[in-house]
Amino acid sequence: MDLIEVFLTAGFWAAMIRIACPLILGTLGELICERAGVLNLGIEGIMTAGAMAGWMWVYQGGDLWGGVTFAAFVGASLGLIHAGFTVYLGLSQHVAGIGLTMFASAMSFFTFRMMLPSSTTPPKIQGFQQVKIPGVSDLPFFGDAFLNHTPMTYATFLAVPVVMYVLYRTPLGLAVRMAGENPVAVEAQGIDVLAVRCGAVMAGSALMAIGGAYLTMSAFDAFYFGMINGRGWICVALVIFASWRPGKALLGALLFAGLDALQVRAQQFAGGAIPYQFFLMLPYVLSIAAMVVMARRARYPKALLVPYRRGERH
Amino acid sequence: MTLEPREHTPLWLVVLAPVAAVAASLILCSVLILWTGQPVLKAYALLLGGAFGSSFGIAETLTRSTPLILTGLAVAVAFRAKFWNIGAEGQLYCGALAATWLGTGMINLPPVLMIPLLFVGGAVAGGVALLLPVFLKVRLKVDEVVTTLLLNFVILLLVSFLLEGPWKDPMSLGWPQAAPIVDEGVLPVLLAKSRLHLGLLVGLASAILIWAAMRWSIWGYEIRAVGLNPQAAGFAGIPVNLTMLRVAMLSGGLAGMAGVGEVAGLKGYLTLDLSPGFGYAGIAVAMLANLHPIGVILSAVFLAGIYVGADSMSRAVNIPTYIADVLVASSVLAVLVSLMLVRFRVRFR
Repeated sequence: MDLIEVFLTAGFWAAMIRIACPLILGTLGELICERAGVLNLGIEGIMTAGAMAGWMWVYQGGDLWGGVTFAAFVGASLGLIHAGFTVYLGLSQHVAGIGLTMFASAMSFFTFRMMLPSSTTPPKIQGFQQVKIPGVSDLPFFGDAFLNHTPMTYATFLAVPVVMYVLYRTPLGLAVRMAGENPVAVEAQGIDVLAVRCGAVMAGSALMAIGGAYLTMSAFDAFYFGMINGRGWICVALVIFASWRPGKALLGALLFAGLDALQVRAQQFAGGAIPYQFFLMLPYVLSIAAMVVMARRARYPKALLVPYRRGERH
Repeated sequence: MTLEPREHTPLWLVVLAPVAAVAASLILCSVLILWTGQPVLKAYALLLGGAFGSSFGIAETLTRSTPLILTGLAVAVAFRAKFWNIGAEGQLYCGALAATWLGTGMINLPPVLMIPLLFVGGAVAGGVALLLPVFLKVRLKVDEVVTTLLLNFVILLLVSFLLEGPWKDPMSLGWPQAAPIVDEGVLPVLLAKSRLHLGLLVGLASAILIWAAMRWSIWGYEIRAVGLNPQAAGFAGIPVNLTMLRVAMLSGGLAGMAGVGEVAGLKGYLTLDLSPGFGYAGIAVAMLANLHPIGVILSAVFLAGIYVGADSMSRAVNIPTYIADVLVASSVLAVLVSLMLVRFRVRFR
């Protein structure tokens, strides 16, 4: 098989969409937090917790969308913890985020072990199934590649315009963006900066958790230890790559997922000439490269990492 | 709710704060232990007994604390300068790679020279692993949190490649592991019938040296100044970028030495599971110690005790070992809050 032929197979494009979804959700979540001025390094742990929570809900007999809602609820709760530390107490966002990742991961693993004490092979659930859209899903190539996915996948792609609309076209979105640029101006409008930031962090964290849940409910149908495997950190890099814009975040996640899907296929016809570890390194190396490329043009939200204390000079 | 800085902090508060924080996380974990259906006090007694109740337990705890002291120092030094090095895990493996490269028959030296060479080699390798992130931070303002984190994954895959490919020991019966460190390079055992090795003394000496250097040397002063306010430090004529580079080399070097200790002291050869997350745990160690080098020793022993104790506890009663990670993580978060409350007073209006 030739490398060019890969692009002509529907399987490649379908895989790209699948790989992109958790990244899109995680990147949007991180983007919302950072737009409000709060770096959320709890993302890796929040995604782990979301993956566990959504899966467990279904494993215990709940329905699929209930699982997604539960994952979002767990994510928002963890977001509330992060907001409590960074927004209300003004602790270092780096340190609190890393602490939260440790806490959320440890709690997820502990809970998983408690509820399934003796499982060697992770049990599977009946996750989201592919849904054909009448008429269009049967189109040759195009249908298989783009229109034969799970409801969660469609919902993920719907989330991008929704986030864009809320951030750029509503007063709420304006308040969120201003809280990350010029919190004093928000205060001057009589809006509670801390509440806006807290809400943004909770909403963003809920999205991250759904991103984690995508992996266990729409991709692997099982929960593994260490299954997030740096995806959260890659999302943090993608936010920088996207210069804090949801549309570019979607593009970045798709590009990244495309390269990841390509990497898996390239392994096969590298025929062992290049060890597989170097292919597996690609996503991480690419994330670093993406940040380097965009670094010069990056326009950070001005109040990112700066805690807001009412009445203090800024 | 508003926070106002305290004008003076009573001593009892400074002492009580971390104690209260650890107590708070113990209470949280009690809830989890109740969930398992085991008696809480018995579980904690087993944990304490497993970590410090016997000479074997104490030796194991100190052995476990050895890499944690070094990675904790690595993180503490970097965070002091607000250089967010989250890559101690990768740097540890770089140190281990260097020790394997130098210590498996490449050079023949007597132990007096061989052991220092391994530590120096490991430290250099750990520092080299941070060259790219520090360069990107200083030159292009690329966030070092993400670069150091992502490099952890890259370095671990590199180790995996070497262990399955060129460095695989043909005598290892198919396991992906490197050739053993030559006898001259193996660190001497400190206590008969235990695994406690020279690495502990290296860790303790490093902690004291770093403490003294941070307190009394010009470089230490510059590091603290850059951490507190880089603009002001630059204005005062402190070379900010050079200081960042020094911090990075120091931090990476310390983490690299942790890897040398594990390879040449504990395991004897490099494997892919050399470190069960010592680099990440080092962040917890440094945070619990409030980034103080001497405090790092105490918090490393404390954390090592939790891990060793939880292992023996989970063998005795049916509680998942992940309780140790929950205990550590919640302690870190609780300590963060308590340290803040030492500096600020909360006023509700």
